[in-house]
Amino acid sequence: MSATRMRFLSPRNLRLVHRAPRDFLGACSGRQPGGPSCSTSLTSPHSVSSHMCRALSSLTSSRRGLPKEKMSENGISRPKVLTLDTMNPTVKMVEYAVRGPIVQRAVELERELSEGIEKPFAEVIKANIGDAHAMGQQPITFFRQVLALCSYPELLNDNTFPEDAKNRARRILQSCGGSSLGAYSPSQGIDSVRQDVANYIERRDGGVPCDPENIYLTTGASDGIVTMLKLLVCGQGIDRTGVMISIPQYPLYSAALAELGAVQINYYLDEENCWSMDINELQRAVNEARQHCHPRALCIINPGNPTGQVQSRQCIEDVIRFAAKERLFLMADEVYQDNVYAEGCQFHSFKKVLFEMGPEYSETVELASFHSTSKCYMGECGFRGGYMEVINMDDDVKFQLTKLVSVRLCAPVPGQALMDLVVNPPQPGEPSYNSFIKERTATLSALAEKAKLTEQILNTVPGIRCNPVQGAMYSFPRITIPQKAIQEALEKGQQPDMFYCMKMLEETGICLVPGSGFGQREGTYHFRMTILPPIDKLKILLNKVKEFHQKFTQQYS
Amino acid sequence: QFKVHIVKGVKCSNFYNKSVCYLCVQLSLSVRAAQIREELRQGVKKPYTELIDVTWGDPQGAGLKPLTFARQVLAACLYPKLLNNERLPADVRQRAEGLLHECHGGSVGSYTDLPGIPQVARQISEFISRRDGGVPSDPDHILISPGSQWALQVHEKYTAMYKFKQLYCGGGGVRSGVLTPQPSYSLSVMSVVGLGGVPVPYQLWEEQGWEVQVEELNRALEAAEGECDPVALYVINPGNPSGHVQRRKSIQDVIKFASEKRLFLLADEVYQDCIYKENIEFLSYKRVLAEMGPPFCDTVELASFHSASKGLLGEYVCGFRGGYVELVNMDPAVMKHVFTIFSKDNAPTPGQIALSVMASPPQPGDPSYPLYRTKQQMQTLIKDNVRKVHEVLNSLPGVSSHPVEGGAFAFPRIDLPPKAIQKAKDLGMEPDIFYCLRLLEDAGLFFTPGCEYGQKDGTYHVRYAKKRFHVEYKDLNTKIKQYYFSLAGFAS
Repeated sequence: MSATRMRFLSPRNLRLVHRAPRDFLGACSGRQPGGPSCSTSLTSPHSVSSHMCRALSSLTSSRRGLPKEKMSENGISRPKVLTLDTMNPTVKMVEYAVRGPIVQRAVELERELSEGIEKPFAEVIKANIGDAHAMGQQPITFFRQVLALCSYPELLNDNTFPEDAKNRARRILQSCGGSSLGAYSPSQGIDSVRQDVANYIERRDGGVPCDPENIYLTTGASDGIVTMLKLLVCGQGIDRTGVMISIPQYPLYSAALAELGAVQINYYLDEENCWSMDINELQRAVNEARQHCHPRALCIINPGNPTGQVQSRQCIEDVIRFAAKERLFLMADEVYQDNVYAEGCQFHSFKKVLFEMGPEYSETVELASFHSTSKCYMGECGFRGGYMEVINMDDDVKFQLTKLVSVRLCAPVPGQALMDLVVNPPQPGEPSYNSFIKERTATLSALAEKAKLTEQILNTVPGIRCNPVQGAMYSFPRITIPQKAIQEALEKGQQPDMFYCMKMLEETGICLVPGSGFGQREGTYHFRMTILPPIDKLKILLNKVKEFHQKFTQQYS
Repeated sequence: QFKVHIVKGVKCSNFYNKSVCYLCVQLSLSVRAAQIREELRQGVKKPYTELIDVTWGDPQGAGLKPLTFARQVLAACLYPKLLNNERLPADVRQRAEGLLHECHGGSVGSYTDLPGIPQVARQISEFISRRDGGVPSDPDHILISPGSQWALQVHEKYTAMYKFKQLYCGGGGVRSGVLTPQPSYSLSVMSVVGLGGVPVPYQLWEEQGWEVQVEELNRALEAAEGECDPVALYVINPGNPSGHVQRRKSIQDVIKFASEKRLFLLADEVYQDCIYKENIEFLSYKRVLAEMGPPFCDTVELASFHSASKGLLGEYVCGFRGGYVELVNMDPAVMKHVFTIFSKDNAPTPGQIALSVMASPPQPGDPSYPLYRTKQQMQTLIKDNVRKVHEVLNSLPGVSSHPVEGGAFAFPRIDLPPKAIQKAKDLGMEPDIFYCLRLLEDAGLFFTPGCEYGQKDGTYHVRYAKKRFHVEYKDLNTKIKQYYFSLAGFAS
């Protein structure tokens, strides 16, 4: 391997999975708590009495029929082994806004409603998470037929199933161990599925070659992203790995980085410019970060979550050049690749652009790209299907990666089967082709319509400004919160947009995620709302948001 | 050609290295096994016509038929049109309808709230309570995850990381240790290591059928002093790879030890349905803990792991990836963080459906019961086969295997001829890796070398998945015999 192709992700740096034994035992005393992200985690108040009073297990309390408070008085005074003070501090740093306090409250409200408690609304609408089926989107019939056939192959004798679904099911079963969906697959994923994924990528990228050996089937895209971050994180103090993520970002990234004790490097997307990426801003972020950590990776979500922007080809080229210059490993989260709505916008994969930039880049820049079955037109979140493609990765590191994914045995096989169907849907001439196209088009055009509608209605509200939803499944409008409301929120110890969203939930039953859960420029406030509810419901929802915002503004000005 | 250098690089010189190298060996041998399969397919002449892989505890991969009820329920959930299909029994359709009703949007394609589909969590807690002779179980203390390995790994994050002592070394920390059985399932060891914890090995007592010994636990704890701060004790019952099933007394001793030494108990109980010996029953740590009464039942913190991938019913759904962990006596404040972490990774819905069937199988009177019953009876057959294989192995000179009590694997000890050991050393390989490699090349048998699980110096073992033998055991016995005697060539 020539010097110019030397990879910065070498096995030497893979501390996590490949640490010399002496280092393993010896380095601990000198370890710093991983840079700024961990430094505040050790300050939770310690109170022995609170430990004593903590509820003991349901096991014992119900066994003896005693109320929990009584339990602490029977002479047991030992604190637990695992308390807030003794638990892994990085875990405490983990926050996951899309399922945070607002959502927990929404679940409570749903329960209260079902118990007949009066509320100013009849139902809770959860527009907090990109969960299409929960919002009534119908699955693609063909996919579900094949999966049903795979799970219960006796149905292959049922003549209500179309022939192409049966053929596909036979083909998938043949490549499963023991011809069963229930068997473990190889850790990297079923061979024939990886082959199909590779063919799909080649087609998508206009013939750029794809090697199935570079494909790893994952448990949703999240699993792949976290696995790659694990490989990348190493070093102590100023050498600690820094990972660049966009602000706003999808909280999976901040959560994973906090858990791994890596340094999060924020780069801001340009809200005035439809949330585009700005190379000057990337440069600023990386320069500042080099003062206190070792930036080694750059994460991009395209189409954007929560911001919905679709990157131009030019922008992707610039980002690749930047990554090459700064020696950064690129992580391209491309799970919304089919969700592009705005005219003039088109999805370009990082891989394709990279290969069209010529060998100077295509042979050197390291890239991992992620896709899943959860979004696009299928929206099958529950299956946890996904893949990642790694490009230009050092062979030895790839061996380590294979080892790392082996620890969790294999990705769920039904998810692998579904991924196979997504990358290899019915072809022209097959019995299911027409209905497949019809269903896919219906879903995608409804999403496009809803994206437009969301932008339009929100922009009629004074104090709300929404960028065009070019792609993905969310709007991320900026909201003006009156000073008085900000004051009240801060007095309550809440972020102003959390205060706003919580109030909206209590008054309207609409569940949104505050912008602070994704990150935003200081002094600006946003919320994320999915565009997924059925169009009639979405209209009602948007008008309720409008009313609420007006009322809220009035109340606090 | 087989890349010997990979195997050569694997020096199982200590416990840590062993866990790290586990998959290197496994991967290298797997790569070679795949090559051999391909060669056989292309018609390359070998002393055998088929390769038999006994490294995995995955009976479905070995051709066992899946549990019809589970597959029917899943199919109906996946394709709800089948709810009206008379070909599916009424109880199947009813189960599927109930599950779909609790999925958001009525679809298995949506995310589920924590701890999982509510009906599944309820069924699991009822299952636990039934299993444990009525000891109550709270569905709110159950978390459903994509497989037990995964849950264990996540759980270790709370216990097996840095315990910071702020004043110590200017903010530095002491690593947390996890007492880990030796031999043990290497993936677990690896995940402790991967998470930055220190595995503290305790040796299981081979002469006593791989029993856990309190003296040995004490020794391990003392040995860890100065190197790490042990916070958790990991037990596998029924054992993997040892196949040992702990009795009540032994579990009580371990619980007392954990209580005294203030250790969090991590009980890996995924093989609880695999009991092969007559007159012994599986006892869960949760049950024994509850029945010990105060002060133990109120204080000892326990996480118990189970999976739909193993056991009598669940064995047909490994690939679906469904597991759960039940938390006992955990600090509610910590539990909140556990939930946050779990909320990032939704358990796959098909795996949750598998758990539902495992926890709540068809009952007498249900249309699916008779078929289910025959499946249960098949287990008797499997038990017989497991015993037969054990007898054959034990009859071989130089092989000693403990009576098979439970679990998916057996871990017989192999006395290797000195010449074979020398030959291995010349090649720079661990002797049992060399043995397994020869077994693979010469006999077409794919075993896992014991050094990957940890074994006393100078002893050699192999691990095999017992149920694999169910299908091909006759053929296999002959092969093992043949091969064993061909190995004797090294002795001369």
